[in-house]
Amino acid sequence: MDYITRFGSLRDYAKGGIEVIGDDPKNYVFSNVFEVASRSAPYERVAVGKNFEYVIEAVRAEGLSPWFAAAHDEFALCMDGEIEVHLVKLTAPDAVIDPASQGGRQLAEAPDGVKMGRLVLKRGHMGLLPRGAAYRFYTDQPGVVLIQTIEGPLTVQKWAEICLTGAEPKH
Amino acid sequence: MAMQDLTYDQTGSKPALVRHTASLEIDNQTGYRSFQAGSFAFKRNEYFATISWPGGSHTMPIDAFLRALMRDIAWGFFYGVVNFDDVFGTINHYGEVTMFAGRFNEAYRSAGRDFEERFPSDVLMPLFTAMVGDWTNEGYDPFAAPMETGAAWGVKNGDNHEAVQRTRVAARRMVGLAGDVELRTDENGYPVNRMFADVPQDAPIVEAEPGFEREVSAFNLFAYLSRSDVTWNPSVCSVVGDSLFCPTSEEFILPVDHGNDRVEWFLTLSDEIYWDIKDKETGRPRAKVLGRAGDIYCMPADIRHKGYSTKRAMLLVWENGSPVIPELIARGEAPVVPVVF
Repeated sequence: MDYITRFGSLRDYAKGGIEVIGDDPKNYVFSNVFEVASRSAPYERVAVGKNFEYVIEAVRAEGLSPWFAAAHDEFALCMDGEIEVHLVKLTAPDAVIDPASQGGRQLAEAPDGVKMGRLVLKRGHMGLLPRGAAYRFYTDQPGVVLIQTIEGPLTVQKWAEICLTGAEPKH
Repeated sequence: MAMQDLTYDQTGSKPALVRHTASLEIDNQTGYRSFQAGSFAFKRNEYFATISWPGGSHTMPIDAFLRALMRDIAWGFFYGVVNFDDVFGTINHYGEVTMFAGRFNEAYRSAGRDFEERFPSDVLMPLFTAMVGDWTNEGYDPFAAPMETGAAWGVKNGDNHEAVQRTRVAARRMVGLAGDVELRTDENGYPVNRMFADVPQDAPIVEAEPGFEREVSAFNLFAYLSRSDVTWNPSVCSVVGDSLFCPTSEEFILPVDHGNDRVEWFLTLSDEIYWDIKDKETGRPRAKVLGRAGDIYCMPADIRHKGYSTKRAMLLVWENGSPVIPELIARGEAPVVPVVF
């Protein structure tokens, strides 16, 4: 028997749901990363998961992103599309990013540093965004990338807009 | 017969710790050894595991018991409650573990028929390990999906130590980095699973400038998961502080009802997984969740959950392994839901 593995994409995703028996659907903080990205501005970092200070951000990748950096490792998981990641080793990382800070930060200008290399991530590929490095994304076509990181000033939280609340129309 | 010291100690208001475990005699008819942990006794026959304690007993199909026991061992008693079924299970106190019968069953509780004892984790774990080793026959793998393994039934017939002694895979930074967990390949014994034969095995393009080869790194997570030889067994693939991405492949049924003591997040990466959600304390149904590819959702800290997946699916389990959380749980201060909106 041949099996077909179903992945999602911006153009083709099917959202599941919650059948409530005796609960509040908000407790499950249920959203779909493709739906979130489809409604986001390019490189808006929308939290789709939060666990104390840690977050998973869903990002609509489209065109060239600003430069970002963090004082800790982050990871990028490509969920749709083909996304380039450009990495630069910062000459003075502590001067650019407070070493005690958390979350991704947007750099005001091009990073001062040495080119580290380049990743090209397709669906299912995970790349390291190392601490002490600046990174940016580029893609020809819209895609979706998830970032494993810590809540920071760029993290957009709009749970009431993205999550099932029980008020959705019944099908 | 191995017998540990029988000592009970009482410190402050904490429950007495039971330190008595024993591997008992081998049954002449079935060939299986019986076991004892405190007041709990464990016995298996061709089809069933029977657990008894003062004032009660409980029988489970041996395949279901071994699948649950295997996860409890592999996960180090995991986070919170591992319900083998509606009656028997363990509670992790992180260093100590409670073994219970009826503790999270409304009928047992209301009738006062529940029973529990608390053990040091390092006392109970060797007994569980010995039990799964003795009770697992040649050809049966409790980590595998039912269609990918032999039967658990019958009298004692060899063993499968290789399967039951797998260790949990835990990357320190990210899979594929130099010195970290290595990628899965045909050559190192991880062929692509039959249900993931269509998953692309391409590698990301990685162009590292000289000197940055250890930091410019990426791997194909979906290909890595397509080669997992176990089900319902999360392994750490990437680490940001205490934030652990623990993806896993899921087929058939989560062998336990996992009772959360903290918020736990799921992201369905491929296909679809159904979840039965019940009240953690009583077992009363609260909701059913269907997670399809791209759906992300959390399990609140006051529920128990069991997953179902017909087509093998990829699931990202996202855990917070902060050592502060057990203290919050002990004080009753851990949040039940991650965000309020």
